[in-house]
Amino acid sequence: MKFGVRKNKDLAAIDGRRISLDGAMTVLSFVLLVIIVVIPVFMIIYHAFFYEGHFSPELFTSQLLDPGNLASMWNTIQIAFWVTLFGTIMGVFYAWLLGRSDIPAKGLMRALFNIPYMFPPFLGAMAWDLLLNGRSGYLNRWLVDTFNLSGAPFNINSLGGIVFVELSYYFPFVFMQVVSALERMDPTLEECARIAGAKQLTVIRKITLPLVLPAISAGALLILISSLAHFGVPSILGFSQGIYTLPTKIYATISRSGGSFEGIRQGAALSIMLVVVVAVALIIQKKVLSAGSYDIIKGKSMRPTLIKLRGARIPLFILAVTTLVLIVIVPLVMIFLVGLVRAYGLPLIPENFTLNNYVKVFESSGTFDSIKNSLFVSISAGVVCMFLGTLIAYVVQKIKPRGKGVLEVLSVLPYSIPGTVLAIGVILAWSGGLFGISLYNTIWIILVAYLARYLSFSMKSSSAALLQVHPSLEEAARTCGASHTESLKDITLPLIRPAMVSGFFLIFLPAMREVTTSVLLYGPYTRTLGVQIYSLRDAGMMPQAAALGSVAILLIIVCNTIVTQITKDRKGV
Amino acid sequence: MDQIVLRHVTKRFTTKTLGDIVAVDDFNLNVQEGECFSFLGPSGCGKSTTLRMIAGFEDLSEGEIELCGRPVSVKSKNLYVPPEDRGLGMVFQAFAVWPHMNVFENVAFPLRIQKMNRADIDKKVADALRHTNLTGLEKVYPSDLSGGQQQRIALARAIVTQPKVMLLDEPLSNLDPKLRESMRFEIKELQRKFNFTIIFVTHDQSEAMAISDRMMVCDMGRIMQIDTPENLYNKPVNRFVHSFLGESTFLNVVVKDGQVYAEGDLEHPLGLDIPDGAAEKMVVATRPNSIELTGGSDGYRTHVEKRIFLTDRTEYLVPVGGQMLKVQTPHRISFAEGESCCVKLESPMWYPAEDEQAEKERLRRQLI
Repeated sequence: MKFGVRKNKDLAAIDGRRISLDGAMTVLSFVLLVIIVVIPVFMIIYHAFFYEGHFSPELFTSQLLDPGNLASMWNTIQIAFWVTLFGTIMGVFYAWLLGRSDIPAKGLMRALFNIPYMFPPFLGAMAWDLLLNGRSGYLNRWLVDTFNLSGAPFNINSLGGIVFVELSYYFPFVFMQVVSALERMDPTLEECARIAGAKQLTVIRKITLPLVLPAISAGALLILISSLAHFGVPSILGFSQGIYTLPTKIYATISRSGGSFEGIRQGAALSIMLVVVVAVALIIQKKVLSAGSYDIIKGKSMRPTLIKLRGARIPLFILAVTTLVLIVIVPLVMIFLVGLVRAYGLPLIPENFTLNNYVKVFESSGTFDSIKNSLFVSISAGVVCMFLGTLIAYVVQKIKPRGKGVLEVLSVLPYSIPGTVLAIGVILAWSGGLFGISLYNTIWIILVAYLARYLSFSMKSSSAALLQVHPSLEEAARTCGASHTESLKDITLPLIRPAMVSGFFLIFLPAMREVTTSVLLYGPYTRTLGVQIYSLRDAGMMPQAAALGSVAILLIIVCNTIVTQITKDRKGV
Repeated sequence: MDQIVLRHVTKRFTTKTLGDIVAVDDFNLNVQEGECFSFLGPSGCGKSTTLRMIAGFEDLSEGEIELCGRPVSVKSKNLYVPPEDRGLGMVFQAFAVWPHMNVFENVAFPLRIQKMNRADIDKKVADALRHTNLTGLEKVYPSDLSGGQQQRIALARAIVTQPKVMLLDEPLSNLDPKLRESMRFEIKELQRKFNFTIIFVTHDQSEAMAISDRMMVCDMGRIMQIDTPENLYNKPVNRFVHSFLGESTFLNVVVKDGQVYAEGDLEHPLGLDIPDGAAEKMVVATRPNSIELTGGSDGYRTHVEKRIFLTDRTEYLVPVGGQMLKVQTPHRISFAEGESCCVKLESPMWYPAEDEQAEKERLRRQLI
């Protein structure tokens, strides 16, 4: 028998005296998370309360008591509340309709309902602004002309308008969660209630809804956090009317100060307010929804009995189609058409159409630079996060060191920190204030922010996959003579590779259309695609902004198609 | 020669909810070369933990383990050989075949790790596959194979390096009963061909009886008895071993004035011989099929309370004092429900009366 042929370089966690592979991975995870997450967060808190090394809360209190800031805080809360409420109702309703009823054209509608999820919300806001702007919206003008109205019937540049546009992009969070929960639910649970004598509506109320409640609350939480932190829609629809939310107020404060340190400090103080609002909202939501969580939703998919809508079938179908047209088709068409129009304001008729905007967009070097920049940061953030997230997931799921809870919290924390806040933290940390490292105005500062922002995506994806890898698979490799490193390389990594790849795309796609963080971080040569569209519109070049927006949408659709093709057929877990 | 030696092996866990647990308490064990040795016991008895300590997946709290005369885990010297250097073969309960490798790659993995050359790998894998009846399935992925075939892959992967010691962790519990029986024979057949020592972990007593040369019965982290299957069945050292192997029926008895009475009836003696050193309260244990049930007057007079027809015999529940005695007879001895009869216990085993403390501890462990 062969014994101890190789010197064992990495003992399992059992022998703690040497520096083992496990130990190294644990330490590395902690160090990287401190750099990426802890330092920016710390810098915000520090600069909000300290000035030149001593405690000075005056700035913070003055910001807190400023009526404009309080108004924007109140706006933020109102918008988030209504978006969450309506988004949840809408998401649950359509999930049930498409998951459990006999409504026609289900497959197609499901695919369409997922589109808002890919579509950058600020482009949607641009489209609705074009249609329903209080003064010059196309639809408003047409309505005024047709019906001889004295004033515009709709005004999208209002709190209601912001809620409406955000709603159409955020309700899919609940929709997708609930659809998949309904799919995984054991239909015999519902059938059982019918046998026990419950009517259809009672079954929905007493059985189906409580069982999907965890999915609903998870989705609602996503809406709430996203809406509180949302920048794009309120900035496009609100600025002209002086409607600010906390994220847009932070942006306005900093850009008005021209990026001066004083402005950034004010931004940091505002950021603290925003983070407190988010934290309080999370706590309230947890209290409200802690009623009960169940884990009887099985993984196996079964065919549920579909509920016959009978007379309501066609009206409900029309309602669903109308919703789809309104939230998906209208903004999409609008962006494409305005991208074709010769000059902003001209009627949308074929005589006024031209490809000139596209030519102009592609003639400017800014366009290519922005696409190049976006591709660079998105791919880099995707790749780095893919490995880093997997590393942390492995440490948390398999090594389970002391303090793994801290590790978990640190990696998920940036997800609930608004992008605007994160951007300020990154500016404060990496523009020379710390160790003399200055990344300001370079592409690297955007990358650092993206790493923090998207790390949790890949970590969750890899975590879920690692949980599926039974410990005996690695142990079997060990008894076969493979060292710890070899069993990691030959068994675990190949098994979670698909999850790592999908983690990459989970980051790559939203990063491509990102605007919230980069709008605060970009320098003269580091505009991202989102920033470029945003500044074109800001400069009044609406048709060109729309043209570039169309290009962005096409790019996203192409990438998304490639992703679904790649991830459709895969081996492993 | 002793191939596997455990000396004072102890493993302690600390759980959040239930405090300290001694999962394995001072195990001492010698397994001989070529032996098929089973660890048998209910879940939580420490059998799997012991196996994992032998494999090197768990550290010891105390004690030492030797494999083939070489110490692999010695707590006092802080010596620990990692699993990959112990040269073992192991088959897991859930098979643990790697889903991203086909049959050939799965079986070839241990050889590739050893950096063996191509030709040798091909030859050895083909050999292992032939012995496990997997020839022709080399290119197939495990997900396309049945449970039995996946288990054969795990076996082939374990024997391909021709280890001296094979650890089997409940390898048959995920298979259906018919397949289980035939796999049992296949494992014994492989052992005969390759002459390795087997440690077989199971909670299924009939499986352990059928396959083992010797077995260890443990409960609540303690070794109860180590012996051949025959001796364990015929001379169980305590009530637990008696009840764990085969069917048992117990009677609480009182020893008084040189006679043995069933608890609840101190007037009619049972007519049993009293062993030396019997306390006042004892438990007698016997097998339901070794109790004599007659219509005569020899033994304890009672009646049939319930009659249950089993496929190969008839079972009767017979009240003795306040307790129910389970009796099984061949079909030709037949009593109707309510009919009076006599029972006579043939040379039963005597054990101390029930220990409440032990029962509590068992319940506590089941919660973990």
